[in-house]
Amino acid sequence: MVYSERLDGRKIDELRPMEAKVGVVPSADGSASFKTGKTWAIAAIRGPRELFPRFLQNPKKGLLRCHYNMMPFSGSGERIRPGSSRRAQEISMVIMNALEPVVDLSAFPNAVVDVFVDLPQTDAGTRCAAITAAAMALAHAGIPMKDMISSVAVGQVDGTVLADLTYNEEAYDAIVSDIPVAVLHNSKEISLLQMDGEISKDDLIKALELAQTVSEKVYDVQIKALKDYYAKEEKQ
Amino acid sequence: MITNKTAISDLAKQEKRLDVRGLRDYREPIVIDTNISWTAEGSARVQIGETVVMAGVKLSLEKPYNDTPNEGGIMVNAELRPMSSEEYESGPPSIKAVELSRVIDRGIREAKALDMKKLCLEAGEKAWFVTVDIITINDEGNLFDASGLAVLAALKSARFPVVNTENGAINYKEKTEQKLPLTKEPVSVTVYKVGGKFLVDPSKQEEEVYDARLTVASDPNGIISAIQKGGPKPLSIEEISQMSDLAIEKANFLREKLNSFLKDD
Repeated sequence: MVYSERLDGRKIDELRPMEAKVGVVPSADGSASFKTGKTWAIAAIRGPRELFPRFLQNPKKGLLRCHYNMMPFSGSGERIRPGSSRRAQEISMVIMNALEPVVDLSAFPNAVVDVFVDLPQTDAGTRCAAITAAAMALAHAGIPMKDMISSVAVGQVDGTVLADLTYNEEAYDAIVSDIPVAVLHNSKEISLLQMDGEISKDDLIKALELAQTVSEKVYDVQIKALKDYYAKEEKQ
Repeated sequence: MITNKTAISDLAKQEKRLDVRGLRDYREPIVIDTNISWTAEGSARVQIGETVVMAGVKLSLEKPYNDTPNEGGIMVNAELRPMSSEEYESGPPSIKAVELSRVIDRGIREAKALDMKKLCLEAGEKAWFVTVDIITINDEGNLFDASGLAVLAALKSARFPVVNTENGAINYKEKTEQKLPLTKEPVSVTVYKVGGKFLVDPSKQEEEVYDARLTVASDPNGIISAIQKGGPKPLSIEEISQMSDLAIEKANFLREKLNSFLKDD
């Protein structure tokens, strides 16, 4: 048995329908909303602002801090207790590592840029949606960036390499691997890479190449949302 | 932006506001969307002006409390997310978050808006417990009214999940058509006293300069189910009477708004 027909009828390289909007948290310095299928991330930037406690300040460069949070009602099972979990802490860290390569931290010594991501509903791919939303929010906040970042999960289900797995595909009763990836738009380098499951090295490379290709579609949605926002601003 | 405290109360004395609204006017737009989150049993997003909050309902089956073996329960929780304002930080709930959730909780609970007995499946053994989480997205003032509306809208839109008849496990991915046993719809309105005048729907700056506030939850018949007085200055009975009248009047206004958005629920 090969997984040739996806559970939701998508082609193997087809992403779920995406929706992006910039400026969704007006009081923040930058913000964006990104939906892919039934996964929804809202990102807001606060800063650059002075970093406390003071001993954390670095006169050479600023600090990028990420805060990933699933809302208590955003899991597909029971309510999630509010407050930080080990999972949320780790995801916050990998999001920070994914974004840091494109953010020019030397532009704000002694300061901190806080990236807050809250998810109202989820269906797999939450860290990717978080990074995609956060990258738009950073651009909206006017934080100097060397490149754009677009993120998507790829993986392998029962021998088939495919893009943007849903929760049901991750839970498919076969050998499955889930690989969240973040891709820098110009350099095509990869700044987020994690893998759960089982995959051959050849399939891994194939999956990463697929991630590079399909992340372009995410990029197009991000850029369109930013352009739409500024076109609207100009009109007003 | 002007944040001069005396300017705001001086204006209020002349029945004027910085954003040129009348003292009894809500900001526009008021938008109420329900079923915004497929993972919640019920959910809503409420926008008043630039203030945005979300609320989500999760249901669970638990053993009833010993003193109420025939009843289910409700708990309202609020998180003032650091995303939504410069002043909020990550960490345990602040007193402001605790007060917000408690006032909304009492408005629903004490009105007996949910028929707790109907939530009980098996006396002393099994009952539905309702948890409503309020999440602030953008705080530009008046979280009280926005949150109260969001909680009510989320409760109205909620549907019970399917329960496996063999093992009693909840299948959260499938919903029934069954709604929560809501008997009343209390809407809370917070009236602020600024510069000796009463106003509703404060901006963030107005919230910084008020003398006193009164949150009043009331049903369509004007029956009050919860009150909370806040702020540094005391109020006379005459003032409380006027503020309650205003709160009940505005609750009807918000209820009409809610019903116009929730035709299907």
